[in-house]
Amino acid sequence: MSVGLSEAFFLVLRRELRLSFRRPDQLLQPLVFFLIVTTLFPLGLSVQLSLLRDMAPGVLWVAALLSSLLSLDSLFKSDADDGTLEQLALAGQGLNVIVIAKTLAHWLVSGAALVLVSPIVGTALAIPEAAFATMMLSLGLGTLTLSWLGAIGAGLTVGLKRGNVLLSLIVLPLAMPLLIFGAGATDRAISGTSTAGALYLLAALCVLTCTLAPFAATAALRITLE
Amino acid sequence: MISDGFWSMGGYARFVWPCFGFACAVLAWNLWSARGYLAAARVRAARALAMTGSDRA
Amino acid sequence: MWTWFYRLASPPYVYGVAAALTPWLLTTAAIAIGYGLVAGLFFAPPDYQQGDAFRIIYVHAPSAWLSLFAYTTMAVAGAIALIWRIKMGHAVAAASAPIGASFTLVALVTGSLWGRPMWGTYWAWDPRLTSELILLFLYVGVMSLRPAFEDPGRGDRAAALLAIVGVVNVPIIHYSVLWWNSLHQGATVAKLGKPSMPGSMLWPLLSMFLGFMLFYGAVLCIRLRGEVLNRERQATWVREAIKS
Repeated sequence: MSVGLSEAFFLVLRRELRLSFRRPDQLLQPLVFFLIVTTLFPLGLSVQLSLLRDMAPGVLWVAALLSSLLSLDSLFKSDADDGTLEQLALAGQGLNVIVIAKTLAHWLVSGAALVLVSPIVGTALAIPEAAFATMMLSLGLGTLTLSWLGAIGAGLTVGLKRGNVLLSLIVLPLAMPLLIFGAGATDRAISGTSTAGALYLLAALCVLTCTLAPFAATAALRITLE
Repeated sequence: MISDGFWSMGGYARFVWPCFGFACAVLAWNLWSARGYLAAARVRAARALAMTGSDRA
Repeated sequence: MWTWFYRLASPPYVYGVAAALTPWLLTTAAIAIGYGLVAGLFFAPPDYQQGDAFRIIYVHAPSAWLSLFAYTTMAVAGAIALIWRIKMGHAVAAASAPIGASFTLVALVTGSLWGRPMWGTYWAWDPRLTSELILLFLYVGVMSLRPAFEDPGRGDRAAALLAIVGVVNVPIIHYSVLWWNSLHQGATVAKLGKPSMPGSMLWPLLSMFLGFMLFYGAVLCIRLRGEVLNRERQATWVREAIKS
């Protein structure tokens, strides 16, 4: 009985989600990190509400970037450590499907969770409620792109000593355009100007990454595993 | 021919000359570093060959 | 017909060609850069708006161009190495990286020093400057990834993949002045048809572009020989090669 592609995809996806929820503390850590980092800025700068609003998009996005980086390290690591990854690679469905399922699962528990939590953070940073929709949409698109960029980085650095430092070094430059457009979109929403341009650019980046990154991430894993 | 006006670069001397200086320094570094890299590689290759040579002997 | 391509895959051939080319490349580079500097510093008239400060272009523009050219070379060489499994591609990529990174630094520093009198600031977060800075980080990432692996072959392949992923940044840098409202000026030389510079300013600049490219080729050949030796240490041809 051979397993088809979509069946394999959902199997891996369910497995990843189940494994993640089995360790709720590991699930919550990046979220808590996100909340803490966003709190650090207003505390450290002790600014008035209006200035806080100006910094808010940048602070939000930097915090989202950093907390995503935290959880990326574990994307392939535990499976690579115990040999599961090699078995999955040898399975007939092709590493592509496995990688897509794993990355999507990672985004669901980190990026998507960040999007859901963002209104709380937005209120703390004095972002007006009218801007919340743009903020959440841009964070959603951005974290998805980030999960894919991170998958490439994680694929390249899995199994390396000090791999997570290298992972950040690799992923952050690639994520800079994302930061610029994402923060730009939220910024425009706050000031009331049209967000369409920035959101379209963000969506374009997302589509580009989602179509090309799986190949790069799979190739990266093949290089590391062989 | 190299008048004072040349060195002062119309008042922009403190921007122009450091630029050229830094560029020259980097060009020089490139040559120096590449030569050193090649020299070190030759040493290592000679050492490796000497070791295999002595193993065979 | 394709023998020249296959020969490039042979380490002793590459080593020999690089050794032979180096003096030619260095000499022609010296001539081109020499003329460019002399003509650009002495004979080109001062700019109407920028005065003598515009002369910074004679080091800034070629460095910036070379930072892009070296990165593209690194990515293409890495791609060739990955697709056709030609190890010399990895050698070229590894040799290119530090050269390209140094030119990126020159572009950023000279640009910053030029920006101070012209725009009033040493730095601005505008698209071209930002993406050039990202290019420097990408270079550092590739140069850090390669030695992190115990198996050098694996390190080469991982660095090649990373270089290819980052090559997306190169057209962004180049077209950033076209796509966005950038503080940085637009294309002066690369416009098809009439460039917007008079000849006395343009020829030294073109000569500097050529000179920097030839210089890059020369330094690449020197480093490449080192890379080839490091990768082929155990081969028999090395014995004869390092005696000379």
